[in-house]
Amino acid sequence: MAEIVLRQSPLDHLSLDARAVAEPGPAGVVAGERRFVAKVNLRGDPADEAFVKVAKGALKVFLPTTPNTVDGKRDRYALWLGPDEWLVIGAPGTEGRLVADLRKALDGIVAAVTDVTEGRTVIRLSGVHARETLAKGCGLDLHPRAFGRGRCAQTRLGKANVILHQLDDAPTFDVYVERSFADYLWRWIEDGASEYGFAIVAEPIMAALKARRATR
Amino acid sequence: MHLIACPWCGPRDEAEFSYGGEAHILRPEQPDALDDAAFANYLFMRGNPKGVHAERWVHTVGCRRWFNALRSTVTHEITAIYPMGTPRPDRAP
Ligand SMILES: [Zn+2]
Repeated sequence: MAEIVLRQSPLDHLSLDARAVAEPGPAGVVAGERRFVAKVNLRGDPADEAFVKVAKGALKVFLPTTPNTVDGKRDRYALWLGPDEWLVIGAPGTEGRLVADLRKALDGIVAAVTDVTEGRTVIRLSGVHARETLAKGCGLDLHPRAFGRGRCAQTRLGKANVILHQLDDAPTFDVYVERSFADYLWRWIEDGASEYGFAIVAEPIMAALKARRATR
Repeated sequence: MHLIACPWCGPRDEAEFSYGGEAHILRPEQPDALDDAAFANYLFMRGNPKGVHAERWVHTVGCRRWFNALRSTVTHEITAIYPMGTPRPDRAP
């Protein structure tokens, strides 16, 4: 693994932290980069009871078998990617441990564990107009009757392939975008959201806003 | 927007899919026994119906799974989506 001091997230060059505000005020869309979120691709047979049991034990979340759904909370999620494929999410910096734990637990079981952390970054956007912003460039029906909290999808946003995950009803979305498309997609989102009022927040503030909403 | 119903993800924009050519083309069990004409027939020759066509699709941008579809080459209407390796649903087995 790269030394942490050498590590650059795909949006570092935009210096988003320098433009971040402490209080987003009436912004219709609030966004920020979630840097270095751990991402592990897990493959295995959901009909294999041993695989399911061991994975659940190691991850403390279920591997969802309903297409395009998510199990988990806070910084540990399992996103459905395919009938035998999931994206496991962990707190920043935990991918090494996550991979080691999974490989150890799954020893002797037919499965594949791949660290894909560096391949993508996560853009989190939240606010009353977050959905409209995404809908400007996404073929999915994002209306709450069709897509809501706990749903995920691999689809296209603008011209980038993304994994969408809706976390709450604010609504808040995590957009997993491939590294080389991150700059393009950030600018696309900022452009699309500007008419609703757009604010950039740093990660800790994003978490604080989310917690404040939850207690309301 | 032409919607294609991925068997896993449900209806998605056509642009999320890639076309995989005609379905149900089986590799000859003993390719060594074929002469050039027969092998060329397997390799290159495809049906070109005006009407229902059995074809392969993959949900490239989504779950990346393959499936078969019956699609009208005239109207683009998709009348069946079925797993690869199963027979054409509009023909008696
Ligand atoms: Zn699909």
